Formats: sequence, C-alpha cells, structure tokens
Amino acid sequence: MPDNKLPRHIRAYGDRIDGSVQMSFSLPMPASEHAKEVAKHYAEAHGLDHVLVASMERASDDFSFFVVYGKSKHTVSPGEIKVPDVHIPTWSPKEIDEHIKTKLKRRIVIVGACTGFDAHTVGIDAIINIKGAAGDKGLESYAWIAAYNLGAQVDNPSLLAKARDLKADAVLVSQIITQRDIHKENAQELILLAQKQNLRHMKFILGGPRIDNLLAQQLGYDAGFGSGTKPSDVAAYILDVLLKEQGNHQ
Amino acid sequence: MNLLPIRPSDVEDCRHSAASIADAMQKFINQHSTVSIERTILLFYGVAGANADGIPLINLCVEQCVNANIINQGVAYQIAQHIKAGSCSPQESAEKIGYGGEIIPITITPQEAIDILKPFTKQAMEKIDSSCHQRTTTMEGFESHEQKRFGPLKYVIVATGNIHDDAVQAQAAAQSGADIIAVIRSTAQSLLDYVPIGATTEGFGGTWATQENFRIVRAALDIEQEKQGRYLHLVNYSSGLCMAEIAYMAAIERLDMLLNDAMYGILFRDINPRRTLLDQYVSRRIIARANMVINTGEDNYLTTADAIDAAHTVIVSHFINEAFATQAGLQKNQMGLGHAFEIDKNIEDSFLFEIAQAQLVRQLFPDHPIKWMPSTKHKTGDIFWSHRVDGMFDLIGIMTGQSIELLGMMTEAIHTPFLHDRFIALKSADYIFKTARHLGDEISWKPEGIVVKRAQNVLTDAKTLLQEIEQTGFFSAIAKGSFGDVCRTETGGKGADGVFERHESYVNPILDELETNA
Repeated sequence: MPDNKLPRHIRAYGDRIDGSVQMSFSLPMPASEHAKEVAKHYAEAHGLDHVLVASMERASDDFSFFVVYGKSKHTVSPGEIKVPDVHIPTWSPKEIDEHIKTKLKRRIVIVGACTGFDAHTVGIDAIINIKGAAGDKGLESYAWIAAYNLGAQVDNPSLLAKARDLKADAVLVSQIITQRDIHKENAQELILLAQKQNLRHMKFILGGPRIDNLLAQQLGYDAGFGSGTKPSDVAAYILDVLLKEQGNHQ
Repeated sequence: MNLLPIRPSDVEDCRHSAASIADAMQKFINQHSTVSIERTILLFYGVAGANADGIPLINLCVEQCVNANIINQGVAYQIAQHIKAGSCSPQESAEKIGYGGEIIPITITPQEAIDILKPFTKQAMEKIDSSCHQRTTTMEGFESHEQKRFGPLKYVIVATGNIHDDAVQAQAAAQSGADIIAVIRSTAQSLLDYVPIGATTEGFGGTWATQENFRIVRAALDIEQEKQGRYLHLVNYSSGLCMAEIAYMAAIERLDMLLNDAMYGILFRDINPRRTLLDQYVSRRIIARANMVINTGEDNYLTTADAIDAAHTVIVSHFINEAFATQAGLQKNQMGLGHAFEIDKNIEDSFLFEIAQAQLVRQLFPDHPIKWMPSTKHKTGDIFWSHRVDGMFDLIGIMTGQSIELLGMMTEAIHTPFLHDRFIALKSADYIFKTARHLGDEISWKPEGIVVKRAQNVLTDAKTLLQEIEQTGFFSAIAKGSFGDVCRTETGGKGADGVFERHESYVNPILDELETNA
C-alpha cells in the first residue's frame, strides 16, 4: 500500500528541485573533442538533460575521464518503496561491549563460516576477524563476544556441530557465490538441518553481497545482511535480539 | 627539514633492545625449518610441474619427505641421494619422490650431499643473480637518463582479479604518472599452503600471486617503461604461508619490492608465530640476494588498535623489523618500513600528531625507503571528503620527505580502485608535491610545541615497550597483545605443523649460499 503521507514524484535537489546530478566516469577512448561528445551522449542515455561536460581529462593514453552535470528527467515516489527492515540499534562498538556486560551479563558466542563450495572468506573475515571492514573492527575485537570463524568451504553438518559444541547464540553464514542460485539451496538446507537437530533457537544470519533481509527471511533465517554491513551492525543486531528475548531490553 | 629534538641515546637504546630481541630469535631460526622453506629450495633447483589435480610437485615432494619423517634432514638431502642413485637432476629426483613416493635410505654424508648438489646449487645461484643483474642494470639505465623525480615515489594498486586486466590497468596507471604498481592478491591467498601455477583470470578483491602472473605484469611494465623512458617498479606480496616461495618467484621475475613483514602474518592472518619467523628469515635472505626492497606492514596495527594510543607500537615494530631484516642480510636501503595516516580525523590537532609521527619515523630511519600509507580506517563512502583527507596526507608526505607513498583513493571505503580513481589520486599528488616541494625546508619546530612533545613521547613509549619485550621475549610480547591489540600464542595459528627442528645432519646448500654470499 502506498504511504500517502510521503511526497510523490520527487527529484534530486540542486539549486532547486531541478533533478541536478553529477556523474563521473571513464571511457575507453583517448581524450578528444569526439570523446567529449561521446561522453555527453552517454550521460543523455542515462536520462540527463542539459548535459554539461564539466571536465575531460586524459586518464591515460587510451582512457579519458569525465565529470558531467545534467538534469535528470526521472522521479520517484518514496511511499511506493518498501524497505524490509532489520532493526539495528545505533550503538558504537564500545557501547555494545558495555551493554553485553551490564545488561546481558554474559558473553555472546558467535560462530561463522562460508559454507558449501564457497571459498570466498572475504565477507565472513570482514565481519569476524579483528581487522574488520571499513574501519569497523571485527567481532573478534569485542571483549564480550566470543567469535569463531570456521573459514571457507565448511559443510552444514560441521557448522552445526561446532555451533552446538560452543553453545552458540548466533550462527553467521556467508554466501558470496550466487551462480545458478547455489547459495539459496545450501543456505536453506542449513536451516532445515538445524530444525531437525533442535538448534533453531540459535539466531541464524545470512550475509553476502547479493543477500538482503527479505531473501534471508524467505530462506528461513532470522536476518540477512548485504554489502556495506559493518561488524558492529551484526553485533548490535544480535545483542538487541538477545536482550529482547531476555526481556530486559531498555 | 630541521630535525625534531630527540635524544640520540633513546634511539640507540631502541636499536640495542631490538637487536637483542632479534638475536634471541635467531638462535631458534637457525635450528628450524618449514615446509615452505623446503619447497623454496626445490624451486631454486628448478623443480617445476604439478599433478593432475594441480598440486605443485614441490608440495608433493616435501609432503612425501614429511610423511617419511625425513624432512628434518632437509629435502635437499633426499634429492642428492636420488642423484647418487642415478637421477640426472633435481627435477628427476623430485618427480620420483613427489609423484612416485620413492623415498630411499640415506647412505651419503651431508658433505657428500652438498658436493653432489654443487653444480645445481651453482646454477641456481646464477639464475637468481642473473635476474637481479638484469633488473638492476635496467633500472640504473633508465635512472641515468630519466627526468629527476622528486617527492615520494607514487605507489598505486591494481586489483581486478584478472591478470590481463591488471596489466592494462598497470600501464594506464603508469601513464598517469605512477612510479610503483602493486598487484593486490586475492583475499584467501595468504592462507594457501601452496602457490598456484599459471596465469589466472578470477580472483577476489585481487589477483592470485603466481610466477606467471608476475611475468605478465612485468612484461607489460617493460613495454611501458620503454615508451615513457623511465623505470617502473612492480610490487607483490611475500606474506602468508608461502613467503619464501613467493620471494623466489618475484626475484626471478624481476619484481622490485615485496610486502614482507616479520609479524604481519602472525597478527593479522593468525599464522603460527614460529612459522612466520622462519619464513620471513629465508624470504628476506632471498630478497637480500636479489637486491629487492621489502615493505613492512605497520600500517595494519593502526587499523585494529587506536592510532594515537598505539603510535609507539609502530615505532617498536620498525626497530624489530629492522633488526630481523639486518639478521637476514638486508641493507638499510632495502628496508621500506611502513606507517600510516590513520588517526581519527575528528580529533583536534590530529594533523600535528601525524606530522610528528611521520617526521619521527623519517628521522629514526634516515637511510631507509620509508613507506607512507594513506587513511583507510576512517574513510567513508563520501568520496569528496575522502579526497580532501588524501590531500592532507599528501602534504605530510612531501613535507616530511617520505620515500614511497601509497596514494590514498577517494573510493577507499567503497571498492578496489577504478582506473580514474588512480588518475585523480595521481593528479592531486602531483599538484601537492609540486606546489609544496620545499615546504619542509622552511619549517623549524617550536621546542615546546605539540609536534615535538608528541614525537618525544612516542619515542619514549617505544623505548619502554622495546625494553619490556627484550625482558619477556618476543613470543610472550605477541601473546600479550603488544601489537595491534592482537594476541597470538607461540604454538597456535595456521601452518604450525609445517615447522620442524633441523636434524644435526640437515642439508640446505641454497640457504648456506644465501647466508655466506649475501
């Protein structure tokens, strides 16, 4: 249902509601008057009017770089756009540790892996390993979180066995490879197996560049996180859910 | 630039402690070896090939020796024994051992093994020396003719995942003014206990380091430098579980610099501390022989620990890296000690603290090609703000006379650099380096000012920590989390089972050669 309180048909705001946007890009051709005209057409093909090629630079012998301004013809209506939301409290890593210590009063155990044939640990590493992502330290760095990164190509039974042994609160599953929907099959199998083994009380979280919360929930997970997710987002989400379960969430 | 007033005795104390820390470790190093080191020896002897599953022969061969419990005598010993028994070359011996599982009883003495291998050892050293000679004469040839460069050498990365695209992007970066090109490795490579073989076109967040990939990008830069009339440097990673193997491959393929740190693998890749210490030693022996430059990874400490609180650990690590590098025969001009512009940008006067640190590092290591690295931790997706941060970083780079500058990318927090991200970074660095070329010469320090105080405090803290590590020992310091807030135990971590104690009859003529003729 469209939300009628939200404005309809909005455009980008520059000097006024004029649809002004800036694009910058390279074209695989040397800088020239010809290239400049090509850049202008390229911008127009994106729905820009009044295109101004503000700058053309020789990026290398065979590439030219452009900064382009134009007015976009397109509009969007916010009320028609649905965002499946994961509730993530805005806590800093320090606050998260503090809240675990003072409110949950016990360590959170998190087990993560890149499952199936997927060998790309970049996602799970960014979330769990101390180095983290975009300056946000990984779960390993939290004093009150015991995080275990099982690495890549972990099969579902081993992941659950480890989660059971460690009495995990949450299981993180990373799926990067999405060819022929292999990530969906494998991710779903894990949930079915967890139900069979009576482990579904644990929080199951799916992550990956092609994952969103909607897809994750369809596959039976508690939540899904896509690209741009920071370790502290995941930590805050898990803590929030556990506190709510514990019933003393403030 | 005027020097910051720091006490020379503090600097001497730091060097003294670091030397004693490295000395203590050297005893351990001299008594042990690793599977990676043994595989590297086979590379030196020209052993090549892989089985049907793509497992390199050098891995198969060393595995057989491990399974037969003879690896502690050195893989070279078994190779020599096979030659004694009729094999005509190390390659043939390795095939028998690796593919055929033929382990034969040792009947020759270590000295006889060394003698049998002598012609092959000589050939192996000639091969690496000839690559080194070709590289250095090419570089000197260009440098005697090219326009004088000033300011830090401009270092950019390419990371497409496809080596052929990397080659195109490397050339494009050089055409926009880059001096140094680093090909970033695929994310999982540091934990692979083998080096893949051949050209690769799919990687994640980078491109696999293979000898063929090294050759492809070097060839592209060879063409480009002819076109431009100036030398172009190529960089890759000698880190992870295959430090020594990669150092060898890089030497043969004429790479100029290697990311190589005595502690990085331990702290940030959870690689076993013993394994790393041993592998870093032999990799550095190779780098020393081939006259390449190492780049150390102290920038990483500041991404996990706070850049203000942990500034002294960077200095401590510099002294330790320097001491280990010295043990491995590296000269000062081969030690590219790294540090970074990583203080939280919201902190008042943080720019002054960054100047203090950059100037301090420059002063402590005046003959070293210091590598200055950009902000990553505090970057956001706001590319316009990020670009301004990089400008401040460039200004310190030129002002404090850093040797190598890894240029900051406005899209740092978003993706691996696009072609025009590098172009923009290079154009901006050129602007700042040129317009502020002699800024440093104009500056003298306020004796009681923020910069001087900060530098003095950092150095004092570094001295204290170094003395503490000297007391407790290197492994205990790492276990206690002295670096990057990361704790690692001596026997934990990946690759621990690849470490072994050398038998008294251990044979390794290649390492002997690297150690005596450095």
